[in-house]
Amino acid sequence: MLIKTHRDGFIHPVSSEITPEAVYRNRRELMRLMAGGVAGAALASWAGRQALAQVAKPGKGAAIAAAKSAVPGAVTMEKVTEYKDASTYNNFYEFGTDKSDPAKNAHTLKTAPWTVEIEGLVKKPAKYTLEDLMKLSAQEERIYRLRCVEGWSMVIPWVGYSLSKLIEKVEPQGGAKYVEFITQADPKTMPYVGSRVLDWPYAEGLRLDEAMNPLTLLTFGMYGEVLPNQNGAPVRLVVPWKYGFKSGKSLVKIRFTDKEPKTAWNKAAANEYGFYSNVNPEVDHPRWSQATERRIGEDGLFAKKRKTLMFNGYEAQVGQLYAGMDLKKNY
Amino acid sequence: MATGIATRRSVAALLLHPAAKPVLFVLALLPFAWLFYGAFTNQLGANPAEYLIRATGDWTLRFLCITLAVTPLRMITGTPALARFRRMLGLFVYFYVVLHLLSYSWFDMGFDVADIAKDIAKRPFILVGFSGFLLLTPLAATSFNRAVKAMGARRWQALHKLVYVIAGLALLHFFWMRAGKNNFAEVFVYAGIIAVLLGWRLVQYAKKKRAVPAATGAGTLSRR
Repeated sequence: MLIKTHRDGFIHPVSSEITPEAVYRNRRELMRLMAGGVAGAALASWAGRQALAQVAKPGKGAAIAAAKSAVPGAVTMEKVTEYKDASTYNNFYEFGTDKSDPAKNAHTLKTAPWTVEIEGLVKKPAKYTLEDLMKLSAQEERIYRLRCVEGWSMVIPWVGYSLSKLIEKVEPQGGAKYVEFITQADPKTMPYVGSRVLDWPYAEGLRLDEAMNPLTLLTFGMYGEVLPNQNGAPVRLVVPWKYGFKSGKSLVKIRFTDKEPKTAWNKAAANEYGFYSNVNPEVDHPRWSQATERRIGEDGLFAKKRKTLMFNGYEAQVGQLYAGMDLKKNY
Repeated sequence: MATGIATRRSVAALLLHPAAKPVLFVLALLPFAWLFYGAFTNQLGANPAEYLIRATGDWTLRFLCITLAVTPLRMITGTPALARFRRMLGLFVYFYVVLHLLSYSWFDMGFDVADIAKDIAKRPFILVGFSGFLLLTPLAATSFNRAVKAMGARRWQALHKLVYVIAGLALLHFFWMRAGKNNFAEVFVYAGIIAVLLGWRLVQYAKKKRAVPAATGAGTLSRR
């Protein structure tokens, strides 16, 4: 006689053990509530962390819808610098050399209509209107550290997309090795263009592989809104592992070349500012140490300055670009 | 004419008023009070450390100009009463330079002596500024009546001529600091003021020299 027991592999509950649906639904609800209660504190802080990344909009400009970036290293969890500090403490010499000048003077900058010309060694040279350029790829929020060569730093939530998206679109020719970024230089709207501090227009450059790194951001906004004029409206570059001056503001031309482009600060003082200008605590500026930095709005007056990180903390993402290079020579 | 003499008299009376010195003392402390208040109420912008270091430097230069202006102003306007404020103003130069040095070593260097030494070696403009501070120290230290007596007026005056060297160092320090941004407008304003104040002294000196051969004995006396 074949007797089915619980031991023969068929573990079917007897009908009396089957829990009525209503009961197990209740039980799940109870479990959920319990979990919620027990883990409530942890959940709240986790949710808070998320909220922090979604930075509050200052309400100063048009909002840009942006998704959180999935690019590795693109969203630091560090405390975001206050919008007030990030928008009033700027180096933008076209509007004056004092860091409070751009916020006072940049209202004269005319950001519409705006076009960005892609030229040089590309298969598809083009002249983009700002509107088309903004639509070229999905906007992302990136929270980057910004380290100025002067020894201070901020944490800024930028809005934009990887420059590589644009580069792929215009298809660089085989000979293209560098990308040059040329910024607006209009003496009528930029009162200090023509001052003898630098050569105008302010030009910057990257190696093509640096420009292709997903962290290199073509930037249209910050704090969830369009860029304020003093921060480089309407479109700028942000290269987070390099000193801030490498990230040109108010871009009008992107040119692909086979030769290393001449860059503004390198022309002004070649022994102080190299083409690479990677953040590097071990290579000092000839006139001051780069080992430490002051985080604006966070490090108190009496706090010791914090240590500067190699490649501004993006070594995992960009270190391989410089494998085998002497970074003391290629400063 | 009569009104001119009257105003001159009333100005002199004002300057000689017992409250004049305390009032000036309080006025000279106002920048310090503002910086102190601003630092504690977070009104010094995004980088308060930088603001404090620069503002104390600015005020050092301003008080240096004011101090150097006292004697020319006194002579040109014929207001001898101004002389009584010179020492206090000079000491305020020292007060603000001490704050300047303190802000730098504290807020920028975290009182790390090794870091400060490295920074001085790295940045010649810091060395120049520091030298200016060192040279100003004996001037501040000998500002008391007893020091003047102990040294003798002639030696005291010779020592205090160092202020011209100090002014030069202060300007060089400021010029060098601004060289990074090629932004010399403000430097030239201070340089212009100091040049005028020193130029006036050179003219006076030349005039006196010319006057000396005419009355040899009196000339040496008046030069004191």
